[in-house]
Amino acid sequence: MTATTTSARSELSELGRSETALRTFLHGLPGVDQVGAEQRAAQLGTRSIKTTAKAQAIDLAIRMVDLTTLEGADTPGKVRALAAKAIRPDPADPSCPHVGAVCVYPAMVPYVAEVLRGSGVHLASVATAFPSGQVPLEIKLADTRAAVAAGADEIDMVINRGAFLAGRYKEVYDEIVATREAVGDAHLKVILETGELATYDNVRRASWLAMLGGGDFIKTSTGKVPVAATLPVSLVMLEAVRDFRAATGRQVGVKPAGGIKTTKDAIKYLVMVNETVGADWLDPDWFRFGASSLLNDLLMQRTKLTTGTYSGPDYFTLD
Amino acid sequence: MSERVAVRKTYKLFIGGKFPRSESGRSYLVQSSNVSLASRKDARDAVVAARAAVKGWAGATAYNRGQILYRAAEMLEGRREQFVALGVPGDEVDAAVDRWVWYAGWADKLSQVYGGANPVAGPYFNISTPEPTGVVAVVAPERPALLGLVSVIAPAIVTGNTVVVAASPTEPLAAVTLAEVLATSDLPGGVVNILTGRITETAPTLAAHMDVNAVDLSGVTDAELAADLEVKAAENLKRVLRPAPADHDWSADPGVARMTTLLETKTVWHPKGV
Repeated sequence: MTATTTSARSELSELGRSETALRTFLHGLPGVDQVGAEQRAAQLGTRSIKTTAKAQAIDLAIRMVDLTTLEGADTPGKVRALAAKAIRPDPADPSCPHVGAVCVYPAMVPYVAEVLRGSGVHLASVATAFPSGQVPLEIKLADTRAAVAAGADEIDMVINRGAFLAGRYKEVYDEIVATREAVGDAHLKVILETGELATYDNVRRASWLAMLGGGDFIKTSTGKVPVAATLPVSLVMLEAVRDFRAATGRQVGVKPAGGIKTTKDAIKYLVMVNETVGADWLDPDWFRFGASSLLNDLLMQRTKLTTGTYSGPDYFTLD
Repeated sequence: MSERVAVRKTYKLFIGGKFPRSESGRSYLVQSSNVSLASRKDARDAVVAARAAVKGWAGATAYNRGQILYRAAEMLEGRREQFVALGVPGDEVDAAVDRWVWYAGWADKLSQVYGGANPVAGPYFNISTPEPTGVVAVVAPERPALLGLVSVIAPAIVTGNTVVVAASPTEPLAAVTLAEVLATSDLPGGVVNILTGRITETAPTLAAHMDVNAVDLSGVTDAELAADLEVKAAENLKRVLRPAPADHDWSADPGVARMTTLLETKTVWHPKGV
């Protein structure tokens, strides 16, 4: 096993050298059975998680939230308020855990960094001309370096979908590698924007490409296109990180983002993680939710479990 | 040719303009029919639907709300025979239609009567207007099944509130049939939500729910339960209409208290510009 893993690892690291090798490898990945993936995802969504298991799932989901605001209208005051909420999501209950990270635009990073210092909450910044990624590489790298310099310890980059869909895999790969170098010690999350990739086969290929390029996380979506994270897409990505670890020994995290609004949705994802890749990934270091409104629903459900009465949106912040 | 098999009806809940079965899958036999037995989760779902409907319903013009309620009265009149077949006396159906029309008429008059310009010692217009409180949870009187129900729903919604009603557990058929009337009356989904089943199961959930603004306990007959519900309602200062006395005459002139209890007053100061 170790021998094959080592040889596989060296083989895989050679792939980036040529366009042909990358294409042969990515197109050689087994195709995704679309009906099967959708059925499997739907089936896993029917599990019923109750009482203490539910309480545990809610706390875990809160710890996994990347509390996100990516609006043109973001102001320093608004992101500071969001960061304060990230540290203490439920001011009425000190036993409520803090969220995984706050995710903002690079220009907002300094304001958030001030608030989060020493809290244990990570600071993620989108970069590389989020959300379209349609700018020259130098600008993407400068964007990334600026975000890291301002205090971000996680960078959410977007892949070059134009190049990917045109079949120029090497270009996409090189950009990921270059961004990987630019982020230094920070964590790199690679956004595939699965809503624009059209097929599950493409999602699987893009996942492998992102992992080969050195991504620490693969993330579904920017949240800026109509189709965001779905269960089947996340299933394909989870299978990819499982297979990647089996082949190379390196574990990569997954972050579905966009469209996850309710506790029920979040728990469906947790069930799928557990059933697809196992408990190793049931940790904020390896699985995150990119969301904003999800947190309030988690808090309301948490309150229901602790007090026994249904709560209302009046008792949580609007964001 | 074999004899035709009649389609038998299962009486379902009315939540968000739809007629779902209880999420618990339960039903109970009452008035020789199968009726859904609502669970706490159904109550929760109904509150979510009612809350979502508040913005549109409270934001509609009073005239428009009045028109929709008149339309409901028309539909109620048209289904007179159906209610009679369910065992509701014809007089009671007539009284229910009249009651509905009476409340519909208040839609665009209430704020004239209960709002107004206040005299203040300064260069301001000072104006008070009544506004709906939001989501109202109602325990409907056990009987009269139809007139009692209309007498608690109409005053709550005419001002722009939305309601979640726990219908009479012993005579729920009139309530579900009224839901069918409302569903064909242009009333937006979620403005009226009707739960059938045990009061002891749904009412405490509704009274304790933090996203409910008022409770109408008219149909609660058990004094102990009523006290418990009032205590629960106090948690977030819900407005409370207390249980109706056992000998309450639902056919008598209802007065305006049922409408005015479920209102908030907004007062605006506006400079006169001298």
